[in-house]
Amino acid sequence: MSDHGRTPAVEAAGVRKAYAGATAPALDGLDLTVDRGAVHGLLGHNGAGKTTAIRIMTTLLEHDSGSMRVAGHDVRTDGRAVRARIGLVGQYAAVDEDLTGRQNLVMFGRLGRLSRAGAVNRADELLDRFGLTDAAGQRLAVYSGGMRRKLDLAAALLVAPEVLFVDEPTTGLDPAARRDVWDSLRHLASRGTTVLLTTQYLEEADRLADHVSLVAHGRVVAEGTPAMLKARVGDDLLELTPADRVDADRIAVLARPFASGEAHVVDGRVSVPVADRGGALANVVGAVRDAGVDLADVAIRTPTLDDAFLELTGSGAEGKALA
Amino acid sequence: MTTSTTVSTAPLAGGGLRQGLADVATIALRELQHWRNRPGVIVFGWLFPVLVLAMFVGLLGGALGQSTGGSYVDFVMPGMLAVTMFFGLESTMTAVSLDASRGVTERFRSLPVSGAAVLTGRCAADLLNSLVGLVVIVVAGLLFGWRPDAGLPTWGSVLGLLVLLRLAMLWLGMFVGLRVRSQEAVSAVQVAVWPLLMLSGVFVDTATMPRWIGVAAEVNPLTGTVEAVRELLGAPGAGSSWVAAAAPWPAVLWPVLLTSVFLPLAVRTWRRLGR
Repeated sequence: MSDHGRTPAVEAAGVRKAYAGATAPALDGLDLTVDRGAVHGLLGHNGAGKTTAIRIMTTLLEHDSGSMRVAGHDVRTDGRAVRARIGLVGQYAAVDEDLTGRQNLVMFGRLGRLSRAGAVNRADELLDRFGLTDAAGQRLAVYSGGMRRKLDLAAALLVAPEVLFVDEPTTGLDPAARRDVWDSLRHLASRGTTVLLTTQYLEEADRLADHVSLVAHGRVVAEGTPAMLKARVGDDLLELTPADRVDADRIAVLARPFASGEAHVVDGRVSVPVADRGGALANVVGAVRDAGVDLADVAIRTPTLDDAFLELTGSGAEGKALA
Repeated sequence: MTTSTTVSTAPLAGGGLRQGLADVATIALRELQHWRNRPGVIVFGWLFPVLVLAMFVGLLGGALGQSTGGSYVDFVMPGMLAVTMFFGLESTMTAVSLDASRGVTERFRSLPVSGAAVLTGRCAADLLNSLVGLVVIVVAGLLFGWRPDAGLPTWGSVLGLLVLLRLAMLWLGMFVGLRVRSQEAVSAVQVAVWPLLMLSGVFVDTATMPRWIGVAAEVNPLTGTVEAVRELLGAPGAGSSWVAAAAPWPAVLWPVLLTSVFLPLAVRTWRRLGR
């Protein structure tokens, strides 16, 4: 492809989308650039706008305003060219339950412009790679969730897309199946396909993505490599769990003089960023004990992407930032 | 690992009639594979009109036959041929709606395949399904003592009218199937088919109905096809209403009208799924 490698895989500028009847827009000025050849993670909670973004990028949904280009083509005016260059693994774009695994792959291969023989060969090759050869002649209705997800992935890989969109690839999978899917995505990326995946799991983004965009309320609120994002949270975290969770807010106040940043309370546990591990531990624990609050657990750890998310979006799933 | 997994191996042939026809064939083949994988569903669909025929001829035929001035099976079989086409409405609608609810439609829409190809592929497979159903009901009718008196050209006209009705049901079914998303709503539509079926000239002569109900039944597109087929096959009870007198025009105009309304609507609905 002549334009391959020059234009970004995805270029979104000010993309807005509001569903009829919804109070807030699903996308509220999404700006995003995904470079070729990278694994890019869109990280956000349910309702952040990730799936809406993917549906617009794959031409399944039209946006209200802004510009969206995928593989160098405008999704609105040149949808067919986009569809010829992408693959989609979604929660909603499914394989056919009443066909066998092999019938599914051959059909999607044919529709993906492979010859009859080419589609059959490619189907067998992918069935083998995903360990589905034994189940190839069975209807999908009898497949397990993990097998179905693998077939779904195989269907998207039939014609080696330039850009592969993967919407929550491992939701509902057991750990072994999850690792299989991760390996497949990494393998694909190593061969030059750009992978854009959405996930709610920070671990997944951390393990798979070269680059992460945090999405909240329909826009990108922070971007960078997982390491960069973690570095923005910076310091180590002192974690204190009170014996009685009502004391959590009080502990956060007591720790403030020794903290290097904002303290967060999540699920009855207080996370306090600290610059000096040893000193802060002694000081905070001393202050808490002097105030007569019982602690169930104390720990120090280096920040995860989870902390970055909390810090950068200002809201956890059930957490809150203290002023 | 093989070396075949390189980026952009996919030829980018966009449209083209040849590619479009290949896509139609692929989608139609998918439906035939459904038949093979789930034979129970498809065979039940073929036998259901036979069940209805058995009910009417076996249970009610004795009583109803007196009013038709001839053998009831000869009267009702033209109706049953049309009913077999009419039931296709349900199977098309159910299949289209199931694809939409299971995400298969979304998958097709993410591929470089035109909506027209997907819809036409379904059209071809459903038409074939109905033709098999037609053979089944004809054989059943013969077993029940149906003795139609017609030559080959007449049969050709009968088949033409039936296919026309089936096409109208196809596009209506696709439109409703794309619009109606929940399986509950599909069930509701499936139930609504029955009053439509009874309010027609399929099972009894509309002249025996109270006048205003009779007029409603005669306006039913199904009655148009039934009366025209009755006329062609020289069935007893033919020719007593204005619909029969106007035959075959209602049998041609109704399906053409329905198709010209619902074909564009179905295609438009498909195109606008993303809004």
